[in-house]
Amino acid sequence: MAFLSAISTWIIPSFLLIVLITAYMKKIPSYELFVEGGKEGVKLAFSLLPFLVGMLVAISILRSSGALDAFIQLISPLLMKAGIPPDIIPLALVRPISGNAALGVMTEIISTHGPDSFIGILASTIQGSTDTTLYILTVYFGAVGIKRMGYALKVGLLADLVGIIVSVIIVTIMFG
Amino acid sequence: MVNIIWAFMAMVGIVYAMFNGTMDEVNKAILESANQAVQLSIGLISILVFWLGIMKIAEHAGILKVLTSLLRPLVVRLFPDIPKDHPALGYILSNFTANLFGLGNAATPLGIKAMEQMKKLNGNKDEASRSMITFLAINTAGLTLIPTTVIAIRIQFNSSNPTEIVSTTLVATGLALTSAILLDRYFYYRSQRRKK
Repeated sequence: MAFLSAISTWIIPSFLLIVLITAYMKKIPSYELFVEGGKEGVKLAFSLLPFLVGMLVAISILRSSGALDAFIQLISPLLMKAGIPPDIIPLALVRPISGNAALGVMTEIISTHGPDSFIGILASTIQGSTDTTLYILTVYFGAVGIKRMGYALKVGLLADLVGIIVSVIIVTIMFG
Repeated sequence: MVNIIWAFMAMVGIVYAMFNGTMDEVNKAILESANQAVQLSIGLISILVFWLGIMKIAEHAGILKVLTSLLRPLVVRLFPDIPKDHPALGYILSNFTANLFGLGNAATPLGIKAMEQMKKLNGNKDEASRSMITFLAINTAGLTLIPTTVIAIRIQFNSSNPTEIVSTTLVATGLALTSAILLDRYFYYRSQRRKK
């Protein structure tokens, strides 16, 4: 597992180095391109704002009223047997439906339990490990006018389920 | 769907608070969490600006192209229905590469181009072809190498090691992707058997 931790630490700086060396050798205006790309980053951060406000408020209502805890207590005996932490359920439900909404749910989990807690790491992993099935199918099939999706939805949702189960297993092995 | 879940969470919370006597907490939580969300979005600017800036350099330096040519032999095998020199493959490859680098905004138009080409190959029918489903199965499983936004949020909440989740995410993505490809094959051959 030391190898996996090393990947986590090294991947971003190494990638940076490769990009900058390549840009230098090809005589590309790296600073100007950086600024140009950075402007897109500002837009992206602001476009996430309404998603985060909406989701964080809705979940905080659910949590502060006591309803979320009551629900989690209700289902936890069942999930505990399967080794799944009950706090992760809201994220697992939203993840295949909307990416930005799931980002909101993940943020709420991290702010409640802490980013380095077991549940915080698990939520981060689930959020990063799969893409939004329903959104992708709607956008791509919709864009080219496909009406009959065949078995696409089945494959997408089953793969999401695998992603979530694998996340629980790998995070339990590494940080449990 | 997300509309229902979102409204449902807030409604259940408010109704539950009526009977549970926690309306004060709910009131406080609404204002606090909205404020927290705004601060968070502003905090995200730093890493998103930095990362997308670097990605722009990578794009112009041709690093994405190198990856595209590395992936080509693999992708040709995943799409047996598409002729090797067909433009659909080019778009599929660029879409995968853009996704690997977390360039979601660049990946979507390329993916739609790929879908158009695959529709042509399928005689312009309004039914999903085998290649289309394989393509979308891979896309829904997710191809991101570095989950930038997740890392940015972890930094915001003072994580002692924000990038710690990169390795667990890579393992989970890899296995989800593999199972998406296998599931896609399985359902394809099953539907072929049914037709006979």
